[in-house]
Amino acid sequence: MAVTTATRPAISVSGLRKTFGDTVVLDGIDLMVTEGTVFSLLGPNGAGKTTMVRILSTLLPADAGSIRVAGHDLAAEPDGVRAAIGVTGQFSAVDNLLTGEENLRLMADLHHLGRAEGRRRIAGLTDRFDLGELARKPVSVYSGGMRRRLDLAMTLVGEPRLIFLDEPTTGLDPRSRHAMWQIIRGLVAEGVTVFLTTQYLDEADQLADRIAVLDHGRIVVEGTPDELKRSIPGGHIRLRFPDLTALHAAARLVATGQPDDDALILQVPSDGDVRSLRTLLDRLDDAHVEVDHLSIHTPDLDDVFFAFTGTPASTAADHATTGGHR
Amino acid sequence: MTSLAYAVTDSATMLRRQIRHIQRYPSLTAMLIGMPVVLLLLFVYVFGETLGAGLPGGGGDRGAYLNYLLPGILLFSVTGAAQGTAISVAMDMTEGIVDRFRTMAISRAAVLTGHVLGSLVQTLLCIAVVLGIALAIGFRPTATPIEWLATAGVLAAIAFALIWLSVALGLVSDSVETASNLPMFLTLLPFLGSAFVPTDTMPVGLRWFADYQPFTPVIETMRGLLLGTGIGSSAILALSWCAVISLLSYLWARRSFRRRAAR
Repeated sequence: MAVTTATRPAISVSGLRKTFGDTVVLDGIDLMVTEGTVFSLLGPNGAGKTTMVRILSTLLPADAGSIRVAGHDLAAEPDGVRAAIGVTGQFSAVDNLLTGEENLRLMADLHHLGRAEGRRRIAGLTDRFDLGELARKPVSVYSGGMRRRLDLAMTLVGEPRLIFLDEPTTGLDPRSRHAMWQIIRGLVAEGVTVFLTTQYLDEADQLADRIAVLDHGRIVVEGTPDELKRSIPGGHIRLRFPDLTALHAAARLVATGQPDDDALILQVPSDGDVRSLRTLLDRLDDAHVEVDHLSIHTPDLDDVFFAFTGTPASTAADHATTGGHR
Repeated sequence: MTSLAYAVTDSATMLRRQIRHIQRYPSLTAMLIGMPVVLLLLFVYVFGETLGAGLPGGGGDRGAYLNYLLPGILLFSVTGAAQGTAISVAMDMTEGIVDRFRTMAISRAAVLTGHVLGSLVQTLLCIAVVLGIALAIGFRPTATPIEWLATAGVLAAIAFALIWLSVALGLVSDSVETASNLPMFLTLLPFLGSAFVPTDTMPVGLRWFADYQPFTPVIETMRGLLLGTGIGSSAILALSWCAVISLLSYLWARRSFRRRAAR
């Protein structure tokens, strides 16, 4: 990202609170998203991610806090915010009775684009999102991935400078997921600011410039993906040995390793980089210690939550309430 | 463009969307036409001879009963279509598309206006078909072109009122099933009025209700316009009812739509 844009926040939030009845869903959120970057809000189901997006995209009023989105005060000028943003929610916001093309046309009309301009943008998006094949078929026959692509294409008809993507790949197969990542990267390259929520650490890692981890309505940690991963102890290499002698020999060589005598496994903390892996294997090789099997375990959401909240993500989700949406 | 011009443009866009829905979901329209037609044929050919004999003024035959019945059947078409409106509003609200509209800088009213106008078109279409069938099986109105026009106006007014009511009912429904059941009382109301038999044959309590409920003056006004029976104060009553129902329902719908947003 360019240094000149780094001074202008696309979103700035301070002291945001939201409760549903007795349940506190967002409990004093402060955050800042720089223009032209990808900001990822990471958290388990029910952490408050969707509520956050619904508030920032003017769908829900906040109970407290001052919020500016795309240069407008959210409470005072919601229409100014709406004109600048695009939202692709977790549940597809497409019209099932219309065709893909008609859905895009509907967006073009609602953005008050002229006939020619509307047609130009629709053609461009149809092409880019590979929607041509089914453009004249009703959306009800679309696959999940295709529906999500159309959903995002509809969001882009208005050429928003700030896009909210609420769990854009949840429920997609790996191929559609990667296709979605490619699309998001393309948007960022064009200078669009992206506010992304996800429950997948690897997704945030792939796409985000900054990540904030949301748990029980609070941001428990915020930083770049590297900062976050460095502070997570969960990444490690697992080495399996043919017998106890080899395991103990290896354990003596690698001081940081934790041996498990029953499983014949040595667990060595590592962020998975190749040089340290090679050094480790060279050292074992030099000492003629035979390794049966090796696997690299990268930190996942569970590790993040263990590190920052002391609870795994799944348990955190059980404790949190699902107040985000119907 | 001014914000009013945007509101008109956006409403027109939403109306186009609703018309497409009507085209894509023809079974709903077929059902909306089918119900009043079945009722019409049932009452004319099964009960018609007997009910016709009981009409005031010495009684009539099946043909006379058809003439008496038709205004009520037209109203019944309107209540059926209103039920369709509640269903389509509820369907819309359960899907993400309305949330998308709400995150866009478009006229807030346009979504509901689109539904109302779309349903109005659908209702008038249903009425035209029902009327065509009635004429084919022997309905013989005495109306002049002006009276026809006035009948269309009365139908449009009651349709407008009931559609806004259904929009509100669709918005307060948590599910499509509820939305389909809530307007059921509307389809019952014509039976408890002067749609099928004159109210003076009913027991006192029921008769009182039948005379003062909103549908009776609407039916009597149409009967007067189409067949030349006395209208009296019915026209004023009918239009007042329509205006009151429209206004209250509109305010209720608007409030529910806003409240729906805050979930």
